[in-house]
Amino acid sequence: MHFYANPARFLGIARWLTLPLLIAGLALVSAALAWGLLVVPPDRLMGETVRILFVHVPAAWLGMGGWMTIAIASLVELVWRHPLAAIAARAAAVPGATFAAICLATGSIWGRPTWGTWWVWDGRLTSMLVLLFLYLGYIALAGAIARDGASSRILAIYGLVGAINVPIINRSVVWWNSLHQPPSITLGRSAIDGVFLAPLLVATLGFSLLFGGVVLARMRALLADAQAEARMRRRAAAPAREWG
Amino acid sequence: MREGLDQWSFVLVAYAVAALATLVLAGWSWLSMRRAERRRDRAKGG
Repeated sequence: MHFYANPARFLGIARWLTLPLLIAGLALVSAALAWGLLVVPPDRLMGETVRILFVHVPAAWLGMGGWMTIAIASLVELVWRHPLAAIAARAAAVPGATFAAICLATGSIWGRPTWGTWWVWDGRLTSMLVLLFLYLGYIALAGAIARDGASSRILAIYGLVGAINVPIINRSVVWWNSLHQPPSITLGRSAIDGVFLAPLLVATLGFSLLFGGVVLARMRALLADAQAEARMRRRAAAPAREWG
Repeated sequence: MREGLDQWSFVLVAYAVAALATLVLAGWSWLSMRRAERRRDRAKGG
């Protein structure tokens, strides 16, 4: 990990990984969604709306995965003080928030024809909404810290504390009575028929590659901004030193 | 029991929302990266 924490080494790898990840992700997502729309049969209970799960489930995974990325990077930043860890955490916030919002929107669209309602205040939906608000708070705080030049430690602590919500989301359907069904996929076991599981896995892989490409692109943008600002500051300070 | 709603319209709206949000996210991130790297290269050369 320390080997890749060097910004120059990281940029060398990120430069040739970003575009392939984005293209492979888009290709796999397109294939999985076409598969879900055109090939998969309707479900016995859910009917045609089962197809919505091919976007809803990966979005839920990545909404939670995005915050786990923030939490792990924040821990690395606090313990080892790697500047790249802080950049990785910030870069994961907007994609994580986007996927949390996609999860909530597609879940609501799925709920209307299936449950007869757009929204219920149960444990799963409410904790997912809390995750979206945590993301928005994180993005706002990161922006304020970047603008005012304050210490990023408070942001890293926020990222770590917010991770408490991820196991709550995951276990909410087990702990509380909910309209939401219990977990269909657990470690080593799946209650989903293979005809639905295969496109779901392809969609999850595709969205994950896309997420990786977007995080790399955002890390490169943050690094480039920091390098440009450092150069401009050095240039601005140089005549002052000569005259001083 | 389920109402007599057209399920396909819900499926298509869900796919459109997800596809649009994903494409905007990927495109915006890519363009922001290109813009930031051009700005850094200009700062290096200028």
